Amino acid sequence: MERLSYTLSAPIPAGGTKPRAIVGVVASGNLEVLLERALAPDLCTVEIATAAHGFAEIWAAVVADFVARRAAGGLRIAINDGGARPDTVALRLAQGARLIAGDAA
Amino acid sequence: MTPAFEPEALSWYEGSARQRIAALVDPGSFREAVGPEERATSPHLALFDLPEQFDDGMIVGQAAFEGTPILVAAQEGRFMGGAVGEVHGAKLVGLLRAAKSLALDVLVLFDTGGVRLQEANAGETAIAEIMRALVEARLSGSRVVGLIGGRSGCYGGGGLIAGCCSALLVTEQGRIGVTGPEVIETNRGVEEFDARDRALVWRTMGGKHRYLIGGADRYVDDGPEAFRAAVRDVLAAPGRLDLATLDAEQARLERRLARFGAARDATDIWSALGVAEAQAVPGLSTQAFRAVALGRESAHDAR
Amino acid sequence: MTLAEILAGLFPEGHAVTVADGLILGHGPRPGGGRVHVLGIAEGTPLGIDGALALAGQVLAIVRSGDGAPILMPIDSASQRMSRRDELLGLNEYLAHLAKALMLAEAAGHPTLGLLYGRSAAGAFIATALATARLVALPGAHPEVMDLPSMARVTKLSLDVLTDKARATPVFAPGLDNLVQTGAIGAIWDPQRPLAEQMEASLAASHPGGDDRDRLGAERGGRPRAAAIAERVAAQVAGRA
Repeated sequence: MERLSYTLSAPIPAGGTKPRAIVGVVASGNLEVLLERALAPDLCTVEIATAAHGFAEIWAAVVADFVARRAAGGLRIAINDGGARPDTVALRLAQGARLIAGDAA
Repeated sequence: MTPAFEPEALSWYEGSARQRIAALVDPGSFREAVGPEERATSPHLALFDLPEQFDDGMIVGQAAFEGTPILVAAQEGRFMGGAVGEVHGAKLVGLLRAAKSLALDVLVLFDTGGVRLQEANAGETAIAEIMRALVEARLSGSRVVGLIGGRSGCYGGGGLIAGCCSALLVTEQGRIGVTGPEVIETNRGVEEFDARDRALVWRTMGGKHRYLIGGADRYVDDGPEAFRAAVRDVLAAPGRLDLATLDAEQARLERRLARFGAARDATDIWSALGVAEAQAVPGLSTQAFRAVALGRESAHDAR
Repeated sequence: MTLAEILAGLFPEGHAVTVADGLILGHGPRPGGGRVHVLGIAEGTPLGIDGALALAGQVLAIVRSGDGAPILMPIDSASQRMSRRDELLGLNEYLAHLAKALMLAEAAGHPTLGLLYGRSAAGAFIATALATARLVALPGAHPEVMDLPSMARVTKLSLDVLTDKARATPVFAPGLDNLVQTGAIGAIWDPQRPLAEQMEASLAASHPGGDDRDRLGAERGGRPRAAAIAERVAAQVAGRA
């Protein structure tokens, strides 16, 4: 398994008050995203475990895009990847941010 | 953790384990034990370079069902086919032991192909421990109700656990068995079982057949409201597991063997049960099916 | 050891145990008086609906008798019988029924002792040996969930790779030592010592009344997490009840 880890400053703090949320399933082409409200509101960390090696640059881009555009501040995010495409990853991250904020997914 | 969605629109077959729990129990009542934030993952999958899931594909906890405290377990059928590994199995063992000590009933939402091969010995032993804990809970008065209607069905050790439950609720999509179709074909040849013949699979192991032959107690639509009504129904009767229960089960299993032991195909059995057009059964709606199933073999709590 | 040698070792004064259609049936005397019921599977026979029903019927007859005598279950089986007929008729119920009968017998005061002396696999293993309250084995016994070549085919790994991984862990490959380490099998008997003594010792061994296989698995290293996880789930549920 390849393990990747990113720490970014997050311009928009996570909404709501829920301590944690989870989306997705570790199946082929899918992933699970665990979000925990655990950090200072201007910080976001994302840790990824993936069996698909060599895609660090793409992960970095998807994660950076998510943190820049969504309410991700204060969240410690952990991902178990089942070989999902970047757009599926982006979708799950966005769903997770909405879920922890208490919005309908 | 509650997924946000419309509970009544859920297809049980398509839903995730978490969605099924959320739709089945009283809204917002589920409290997960050893949840994904604890990261109790499999210690064995890394050797095979396989991804882990934070809950190891088994979600357990307590909830309320129409106001009454109840324990719930659900298998995630899309993670490694819902297969039972060390941690997955241990979570269900712990829940069933708690059911006995707290005198609570349990709902088990099955969705499993059986033992997880990468952890075969741990999974196999866990199945045996689950069966013992389940029987002990039942011996002290708890009911353990199995719900079957997911993509992986209820196979292998899962089928044996199901056979230990107080009652089984099944949908059309649900399948219950021990050896899966592909394994029968690999071991015994395509003449014995053509695993690609989906109609054969469903006639032999599917929800309608199990309901007709007495291998399941309620046949329900593919949704949480139907399962809720069936759970309500079976929990209205007290649970019992004693010598009289097993004597009665011995009698019904002997009768089944005597009546149908020479049957070639499920349609022979259904005709013998008084179903006028056995060939039409797979295509019948729930309502129509229940009407023709009046002559079915019932377990009558002999389970 | 052959079944005949095992029975002679367990019952040096003679016994009334026979084998028919791959099923072991009968009883033998205990050194201190009284009898042991003997029920099991021989000759590497697969366990199907017919065999499971016959064995379960015998167990229930023993419970009905209320004689309080222990049940010894010698096992040399294949896996569950793999056939369209067995699945059509609901093999899962027949196997579960046998397991329940054994557990009821234990609860009703008939100590159950499994003795794995040959092979056993998958559903047959779960419904018989693993459904007894105490499980021992003789050297040379070979329990498995699935043979390695089949496992290689299903997991899409080469047999070489799988065999290699099996050296690193006892958690998946067939074999007596692996199932001992996992906690499934309590002890291995010594064929050089009198079997009757070892049977009496196994029956007399303190039985705290709970299933200690996960604890054994943790102690022996075969299942490092199971016992703690089960306990943690139970504690968290109880804490909030």
